[in-house]
Amino acid sequence: MGNVTLSPATPKGAAFSDGKFARGLAAAGAGLLGGCEGRQAVLAAASPDGEMIARLGLWMFVSAAFILVVTLGLLAVALTLARGREARPLSRRGSCVLVISGGVLSPVAAIVALSISGVAIGDQTEGAGETRLTVEVQAKRWWWAFHYLDADGREIAVTANELHLPAGERTRLILTSDNVIHSFWVPNLQGKTDMIPGQRNVLFAEPSAPGRWRGQCAEFCGLQHALMGVEVVAEPRPAFDRWLARQAGPARVTEGPGLAAFMSQGCGECHALRGTPARGRDGPDLTHLAGRARIAAATLPNSRGALGGWITDTHRVKPGALMPASTPDPRELSDLLDLLEALE
Amino acid sequence: MSRAAVLEGTGEALHPAGTRADELAAIERSWASPPGFLGWFTHVNHSNIGRRFVLTSFVFFLLAGILGLLIRLQLALPLAEVLDAESYNQVMTVHGTAMMFLFAIPAMEGIAIAIVPLMVGARDMAFPRLNAFGYYVYLIGGSVFFGSLFLGLAPGAGWFSYVPLAGPRFAPGYGVDIWTTMITFIEVSALTAAVELIVTILKLRAPGMSLDRMPIFVWAVLVMAFMILFAMPAVIVASSLLMMDRLIDTQFFVAEAGGSPLLWQHLFWFFGHPEVYIILVPALGMVTTVIVTFTRREVVGYNALVLAIVGIGMISFGLWVHHMYTTGLPFMGRSFFMAASSMIAIPSGVQVFCWIATLWGARIRMAAPMLWVLAFFAVFIAGGLTGVMVASVPFDRQVHDSYFIVAHFHYVLMGGAVFPLMAGVTYWFPKFTGRLLSERLGRWSVATVFAGFNLAFFPMHILGLQGMPRRIYTYLPEMGWGDLNLVSTSGSLLLAAGFAISLWNVARSLARGAPAGDDPWGAGTLEWATASPPLNSNFPEQPVVLGRNPVWDWARSGHRPIVGGLSITRRETMVTTLLDARPQSVQVLPGPTPWPFVSALVASASFFGLIFTPWAFVAGFFAAFLSFLAWFWPRKPWRED
Repeated sequence: MGNVTLSPATPKGAAFSDGKFARGLAAAGAGLLGGCEGRQAVLAAASPDGEMIARLGLWMFVSAAFILVVTLGLLAVALTLARGREARPLSRRGSCVLVISGGVLSPVAAIVALSISGVAIGDQTEGAGETRLTVEVQAKRWWWAFHYLDADGREIAVTANELHLPAGERTRLILTSDNVIHSFWVPNLQGKTDMIPGQRNVLFAEPSAPGRWRGQCAEFCGLQHALMGVEVVAEPRPAFDRWLARQAGPARVTEGPGLAAFMSQGCGECHALRGTPARGRDGPDLTHLAGRARIAAATLPNSRGALGGWITDTHRVKPGALMPASTPDPRELSDLLDLLEALE
Repeated sequence: MSRAAVLEGTGEALHPAGTRADELAAIERSWASPPGFLGWFTHVNHSNIGRRFVLTSFVFFLLAGILGLLIRLQLALPLAEVLDAESYNQVMTVHGTAMMFLFAIPAMEGIAIAIVPLMVGARDMAFPRLNAFGYYVYLIGGSVFFGSLFLGLAPGAGWFSYVPLAGPRFAPGYGVDIWTTMITFIEVSALTAAVELIVTILKLRAPGMSLDRMPIFVWAVLVMAFMILFAMPAVIVASSLLMMDRLIDTQFFVAEAGGSPLLWQHLFWFFGHPEVYIILVPALGMVTTVIVTFTRREVVGYNALVLAIVGIGMISFGLWVHHMYTTGLPFMGRSFFMAASSMIAIPSGVQVFCWIATLWGARIRMAAPMLWVLAFFAVFIAGGLTGVMVASVPFDRQVHDSYFIVAHFHYVLMGGAVFPLMAGVTYWFPKFTGRLLSERLGRWSVATVFAGFNLAFFPMHILGLQGMPRRIYTYLPEMGWGDLNLVSTSGSLLLAAGFAISLWNVARSLARGAPAGDDPWGAGTLEWATASPPLNSNFPEQPVVLGRNPVWDWARSGHRPIVGGLSITRRETMVTTLLDARPQSVQVLPGPTPWPFVSALVASASFFGLIFTPWAFVAGFFAAFLSFLAWFWPRKPWRED
């Protein structure tokens, strides 16, 4: 992954702390990832949940490889025994031992191990633990809305496509959709959970340390399923609190030629800039757009060029996207981009 | 009690010495299929219908395989533009649907229809006309479904058609309608084949073939047929409900109206998971068949194998929720399905080790079918092990709907079903064409397919762990998935080349293959006790079975008991008791008739009409009723004239 500006804060494999073997496995896992920085990777875990699952996965992988080698080894022995010798069938007793030990006892042992580990780890990774913050994540076609809620369920702030979380804390994510089924998946932090119309699913995210990761919709949701990405940022609590306070406030620009262009191009019908007449709710809230690292659901960098391309050539970037491409004249476009870049 | 009697015949030749040449000619005339183009639509003999099923399914395999290559080409590089998003979704949907519904199940059914009556020593299946009907339904339904792709009208909601994405609000247009109607329709064909196979296996076995002498492959087909019987209604119900949601605004799956999107998933996977084993179980039966023949040994653990097959069939109905671990169902419930899912490892393990025990120290004829079986071992066990991994709820929540799963199920379905299917086709090819395949080309094909397959699908495990989700038409360069995808794509080209070698082998052998003779492999089951290709009547005189491998028994004992007294001028086959296969009565089977074809045509027209108007159901109902009336009009087949 070549994006220098967005390098992860967590080095690969750092998650595996206890035990030499686990460290070895982690190194092997990171090796498997082929030098990828692992901003969206199961084995580069950055949370207690992710670590547990990654370790479980590696253990299961090692056991499976062992079973595969032993079974195929037995097969190879079976095939070569008659070479240069008289063909002799396995005795009845030998067959019984082979079939019962290989076909019954070892699978039973594997099932018991798998079920116990699965229940134990499942309990932990899906357990609520202690949470201070609740975020309602709404899946849209094809982007994400984040509604930060206080203890009473009242909305504190709304943002889109970049989820900020306090590091070292467990946060409750309520997952909803009012359209098709999506699935929220940030592999470094947690397994995925689907977002199903008519349901409120819950997921817990607990980044161990500050960092930045990428996630992606994991349930096929139509034309732009492929590029429905999400950025997740973990910050220390004080930084997070400052960020949340800023998100709760109105836009920094509430008048001027940029806003006029925004309204005349119809952007305000779908996008909200809080504190201005733009109150649309169908598209991402852009009140603090400039604070986000990426645009178009974690698909393009948040640069002036990318913004311009996205606004005017939307469907070349994302065929089927619901946002209509706009055709502002150069003056208007420049004003518009000035506005968007100023929305800190 | 039957008019026919069990006679003791002697003679080493497989064609009974007791039958005179003119009698043989008369029997063959009674069982003949009319020649010519129009005659083709009246055929009912199981070997013709079975061959058509297999041939048609392989045409769909080829077409769906080409779609797979298109998918791989699009994903070879980040932001490639081989397919746009809409075409990619259509290609992906049709690839999955066609591989499952138009290739895998019909291919297994086709082989079963072609082989099982021969294997159990029957002269045809229990309901030959229903058999023909099922084929035309499949042919027409499959062609319409696949054809929609060429018109750009194909569904794009995935082979699983999750609602609401496949509902009327998010999938306007005809695509999903074509999916729902044609899937419902094609499943009718699967049900007819299932009924047919069950009755044939349970009632038409040759005298003496008690259940414990039935070849393992026949057991596997029996279990498959029962699974079809229980699983298919779920998908027929599901797709009919979706059809109604789309057609007449019922709201079964609409959350805002009190419906449930999860209901679809339950119904679909209640079918969808057994479906995998419907494909797998007969394939495992083929593996046993090939191992028995190529080691020239009785299989070790016959009872254990039968129990394992039945066990897989039963357990497979209790696993569907493992496709829904991420849908927010209560953890307690999912834990139950976690244990149940991993339980499938027991019957699978028993089978694998029974095979190893059979192979232990045997002198094995390493011909192409056996090589396919060896390729099966490596790939299937690997796929089974990743299957156990994904049965674990927490691990599955990471890899679910990622490329890890794509890798896993291609290992299981290609390794577990397609490789044995290739073994089976290579094995039975001489029986059905009378010609041998080239061994040399066969070896090259196995080797190329094996290498190409692993190159194409192994990297996908890693891609899944690197966070690559399924069903994406493209990805960004900075995701770092490009290299492994390129490897995978080159592997898929090699894989395609491997199958092309087999295709060439078949074409070449049909044109100038060496004559096969009746029993080129020296096998022990009854399909090898008739000519290649089989006689019209299968067996001019039905055999009597005294062991699990009748042909070997005959060679050992030097005598061959047969059934005597069946008519030579009409189509008769023995009916025997369910458990012990004692003679019970004689079944008179119908001859060539065009009515199944007409009924299939009428039924498909009404299903096709459903895409456009609900009134097609009313019209189609009565039209189909009339065609069935003509089909079943009493014609006194028992009249002596």
